[in-house]
Formats: sequence, C-alpha cells, structure tokens
Amino acid sequence: MRKSKLGLNFDQVDDAKRLAKNIAEQIQQFVDGYTTVTVERTLCRLMGIDGVDENEVPLPNRVVDSLLDKGVLNQGVLYYLGNAILETGKSPQEIAEAVSGGQLDITTLPTHPLTDIQKAVQPFIEACLTRIKGNVAKRNEYLSTIGEGPKPYLYIIVATGNIYEDVVQAQAGARQGADVIAVIRTTGQSLLDYVPYGATTEGFGGTFATQENFRIMRKALDEVGEEVGRYIRLCNYCSGLCMPEIAAMGALERLDVMLNDALYGILFRDINPQRTLIDQYFSRIINGYAGVIINTGEDNYLTTADAVEAAHTVLASDLINEQLALMAALPEEQMGLGHAFEMDPMLENGFLLELAQAQMTREIFPKATLKYMPPTKFMTGNIFRGHIQDALFNMIGIWTHQGIQLLGMPTEAIHTPFMSDRYLSIENARYIFNDMRSIGEEMEFREGGICRERAKTVLNNTIDLLKQIEKEGMFTALEKGIFGDVKRPMNGGKGLGGVVTKGEYYFNPFIKMMKERW
Amino acid sequence: MSGGLYSMDQKDFDQTLDLTKVKPYGDTMNDGKTQISFTLPVPAGDEAIEAAKQLMKKMGFENPLVVYSKELTKGFTFFNCYGSTVHTVDYSTIYVPKVESTVWSMDETDDFIREHIGRKIVVVGASTGTDAHTVGIDAIMNMKGYAGHYGIERYEMFDALNMGSQVPNEEFIAKAVEMHADALLVSQTVTQKDVHIKNMTELIEMLEAEGLRDKLIVICGGPRITHELAKELGFDAGFGTNTYADDVASYIAQEMDRRMHGNK
Repeated sequence: MRKSKLGLNFDQVDDAKRLAKNIAEQIQQFVDGYTTVTVERTLCRLMGIDGVDENEVPLPNRVVDSLLDKGVLNQGVLYYLGNAILETGKSPQEIAEAVSGGQLDITTLPTHPLTDIQKAVQPFIEACLTRIKGNVAKRNEYLSTIGEGPKPYLYIIVATGNIYEDVVQAQAGARQGADVIAVIRTTGQSLLDYVPYGATTEGFGGTFATQENFRIMRKALDEVGEEVGRYIRLCNYCSGLCMPEIAAMGALERLDVMLNDALYGILFRDINPQRTLIDQYFSRIINGYAGVIINTGEDNYLTTADAVEAAHTVLASDLINEQLALMAALPEEQMGLGHAFEMDPMLENGFLLELAQAQMTREIFPKATLKYMPPTKFMTGNIFRGHIQDALFNMIGIWTHQGIQLLGMPTEAIHTPFMSDRYLSIENARYIFNDMRSIGEEMEFREGGICRERAKTVLNNTIDLLKQIEKEGMFTALEKGIFGDVKRPMNGGKGLGGVVTKGEYYFNPFIKMMKERW
Repeated sequence: MSGGLYSMDQKDFDQTLDLTKVKPYGDTMNDGKTQISFTLPVPAGDEAIEAAKQLMKKMGFENPLVVYSKELTKGFTFFNCYGSTVHTVDYSTIYVPKVESTVWSMDETDDFIREHIGRKIVVVGASTGTDAHTVGIDAIMNMKGYAGHYGIERYEMFDALNMGSQVPNEEFIAKAVEMHADALLVSQTVTQKDVHIKNMTELIEMLEAEGLRDKLIVICGGPRITHELAKELGFDAGFGTNTYADDVASYIAQEMDRRMHGNK
C-alpha cells in the first residue's frame, strides 16, 4: 500500500504514468525506424575502433562518413564492418585505419550472407560487453568494500578547462566530502558532431569530454576514493550531437553518472528533435547496461519559465523521461530525474511550495535517484543571501530524501567555483544534512494546508498537459513551446542531416543483448 | 582572536566625512574596516596565518586580523580576515560614462514610440558565439521578463526576435538584415579568457565591413559588461547587472528618436 505524506491520490499518479507511457510509445515507434551518424559511430567505438587520422578526425567518423557519402549508411555500419571482417580477416580497428588511409572501400567488397556477417561481428560485441560488465563489477566491488556516502549524494562540478587542473580540484572536493564529481564540458561541445580525442588542457568554461580525459579522471577519483574510504562517482554529459558515443565511452571507462536528456538538447541547444530522440534511445540502453545513473534536465525549464507557473511541465517531462528510460531497460534506481529550487526568493511561502514539489516528486518516483538542482536564476552576486538560498535548498534536499544534491555555490552567476566556494557549499550541506537528518520522518503535512494543496494543483495540471501532449503528439507539443517556453519545429535545429532510415540489412545486436543484460 | 562583544579600539582618527578622501565604513566614519577572504597555497598553521597577515598589510590594511582559517585540502588554506585600509579615494572627481537615457515603464515607452517613432521598433537579440547561456537574453527579451520587469516581447511597440544561444555572428547579422532590424541586442554570459571581447569585436567589424554599423543601434549586455567597455568595443550602449528590459527598451526608444529627429 503506497502512502503519501502529501495526500496524493495514487490513482491519479497511475493515470499520469499511463498517459506518459502512451506518449513515450508514440516517440518510440518513430525512433525504431531510424539510425543516425552518431549511433553508427557508437557501434564503431563499441567494436573497438578508436583513434584519429592525420587531421584529428576520429576514425569512427571516417568510417561512418565513408558510408554516408556512398548513400549506404541505411544498412548500418555493422553490416559493412562484418562483411569486411569476413572478406579481409582484419579487425575493426585495422579496417577503420585502411578506410581512413584510402586503401579500402568497404562498400565495394563482395557481399557475404547476412547470417555470416552477423556471426563475424559477434566476438567483438561479446568482448565489448565483457569489458563493460567488468566495469560494473569493479564499481560494485568498490561499493561493497569502501562503500559510499549517504544520500543525497553531494555533487560538485569542476570546470577549469584543463583535465590535470580538474584532477586537483576534484580530489580536493572529494576530500572535503563530495560524492559525485562532474567535469563540466567546454562550451559548445554539445554541438560538435564528433568526439575530440586525447588528453586536453584548453577549454572554455569546461573541459572537453574525451575518452582519455575520462580515463585520467576515473583513475584520480579511484585513488582519492580509496584514500577517503568512499566511492567517488564520476559524472559527465552525454547530451548533444554525440549522445550515444559519449555513453559508450563512459561505459568503457566506468563513469557513474551521465546527463542524458534529448529534451534538454532540443530546447536549450536547438538540436533537431528527431535526431536527438533517436540518439537518446541507444544512449540510454548503454547507460542502463553500464549501471550509469542518468540525469535529466527538467530543472532547466525553470531557468526560462517561471517556477510556480511551470512546475507541472517539469513533472510532465519527468514522467515522459521515466517511460522513455524504461523502454531502454534503464532501471528506476538509475533514473536521476531532474527538478529544481528556482522560485523567486521574494515570493511569500516560496519555501513551502518548493517543499511540496520536491516531496511530490519523491513520492511519484519512489525508487529514482532524483537529481535536485540548486537556485541559479535568482542568484544575484549577493553571496551572503545566496549562501542562505542554498541552505534552504539543502533543507528541502534532506527533508524530502533527494538522491543527488547538486550543490549550489554562493558565487553562482559570478565565476566558476573557487576551491573555497566548494568548501563553503559542502560545509553548508553537511551541516544541514546532519542537523536535520530525520526531519522528513518527524514532520507531517497538514491536511488542507499549503503544501498538500500545491502538490494537488501541480499533479492536476500535469495530467491536463499530458492529455494534451498525448492527443497532439510530442513533436507538436515541442513546436508549440510547451516546455520552457521554447518552440522547436520537428525539422529545425542542428543534426537532422545525420538521420537515416534503417534499410533491409540493418542490424544492431547491442540493443537486444544490452536490454536483456547479456 | 576573540575581541569580545564591544570594540575597545581607540578611535583616534578624524571621524568627519570628506568626499575627497573616502574609505570603507564599518561602524564608525573613516574606520576603513574591510572584510576579505582568500585561499593561500600553503598548509594550515601559525606560518599560514602570519603569511595571510603580511599579505593583508601589503594590500594596505592596518591591524590585519585573521578571524578564521581552514585547510581546504592538503596544502591550501582558506582565510577570513578583517583589516582597516589606509587607502582613500576622491569621490568628488569621479566620472563614469553611463547610458544617457531616462528609464520609463513599459507603457511610457510604448506611448513614446507611438508618438515619436510612429511604428514598431524591430529588435533582434541573441547570445552569440559559442555562448550557450540564454538567461541574459531571456531576461531582457522574453514575454515573462525577469524579477517583475516584463521583457521586450511584451511591449506593443516592439517587434522582437530572440534567436537564443550559440548564434554565429554571420547568422545574427543575416537575420537582422532580413527583419530590417533597428536594434541588435547581444548577450554574453561566458567571459572566461575574454572570449566575449573577441566575439563582440568580431560582430562590430563584420557590421562595419557590410556598411551596416551606422544603420543599427547595437547594444550588448551581460554580467561582466559595462557601458564603458561597450563603448570601447564600438557598441552604442552596454548594460550590466541590475539592468532590466525597461532600461534597454527606454534607451532604444530614446536613441531612435535622437537619430530620427536629432534632438538631444
């Protein structure tokens, strides 16, 4: 028997989930018919293709572009790679190097029967999945030996642009109590249709997400985790035009948390809706298999729309994201559905409304590792008030049992955090989490009171909105600007050119094997 | 470290306000009291505190007091300090270039445009270059506005387009030409390594190359932007923190009027 402290009607919650499921199924029906350049590059990476050519173009791009140029990408890269393996006896990496060097055209080789081709790629697929399973086992071993911090996990960012400087900052943060370290990506990476290569030391407002940078930070966090006796999770961003590729890199290098949200890319990076929803599906399958907690970006709606008026859009999007994740076999425990503390601090009883929404989100997604975002929109440069806003945010985090608490910084809106800013924020959260540890169990919400009424209103509005989206379809809803007051046409935005209809020989065994936890 | 509840410091300095020699005010005129915090890359301890005090003295603080120190991570110590600065500034001779316009409400601005311009003013805005932040341009342009100040989209007498973030300067200019824009708004939030300066300079150069610069009111805004910087880079006006759509809209209306009718 589900019990709501807010007096939520769970029949209504079930209604909302059913509506969200219908919407997600509509999206999924569309997604199943297509692949994209980055999905195919992901398959190259999972088959072991890595490295760049003399112009720093990644080999996965060279291979996939060679198929795209010939107009045959619709059959999928595995078809041509498998055929080339049979024909040349070379490994996928050797084939990619030969394609890149111009010695080999994999589209003109004699063709083998499809079943033989499928058999040819199987050993590489199994080797890849074995490696990822090894990473999951390694994480579980750490969790059962050195353990982890209590929830909400304290999440901080590093953003120096230089991976080696990031390591210094990240280890300092972990020693001060952080549980999750997010390496912010350099501005604009989400719009690159390739993943840069190697260790990098130059970035604007963040550091390039590269596989080598992932490896460097993973090693540093394992070291400091062993030192402080707590597993330190590593977070990066698989959103933008290379969603599934970065998910694959994260799975191979044991990342633990990934921002992963097509809606965010559509609304805030103007990425084409079709492209990114197709990309998202495969990226979530990979994240699900690799034990990665995904974070969704609903909190961002409230940076453009009003947090009181638009609260139901956040919940509606969380519900749709939950269903889309379930379709990719991503367990509920790995869903870091997003929401935020973004009300105007001058609003009377704003704290109560925030509290109601956070509690409501907790009850509607009981198993999810909810991601709770700090105030940003109303951080003014008054660092003293900002520190108090962050304190109120922390109170709600512990009160409503959030999963991941993104720590607010008093210097938000001024600069990327100083080492001392992080210290002050972690101290703030640890003080409040300890001082108010059991407040959620002690306090009840008064019947007919502000909090219960607020939750009821938001849920009602959410159901109305979901009904509207179900009727019109997600793509129409996006065109109308329902989320974040931002309008995005189905054929607009970046990356549509990389979408391809699947052809008759197309196959991708990773989908089934990962979903069934091979 | 604890000075007790009451300050027993002798106050043997001149306690009259002199605007030619202004210094910080703690609780007594001319006490010069300042709070400051910083981190030094040294381990915690008496030597670290002494280092912080010596640094405070070099910065011009008398009686430096380290009220709190804490090692953040091995080899880095954080300090909260107080001191009395010896420096003063001459307030009476300060000149700061400012946007010269009267700030009106939305209705006042709309009325003014109706009467003096006689048509809608076309404004195109964007967060340009690689900058992915829309918070600034949204605050100024979106219907909803920010902190109770409606955005330019809500004004009846403005035809406003917000192109969002990461808009290349080429696209921005092309859209301005297409829409016959009267004014351009550029928002820059990311300022790391002065990337905003390069981007804003490029915009002005491109406008000049296409012979468009003088036909447009070109405005920039963002947390690190000042009017002075904007003028230096060749913009007509710059809006920094604590300015809203009202400031920008009133300025555009008045500047349009100046350009059309030559009245000051």
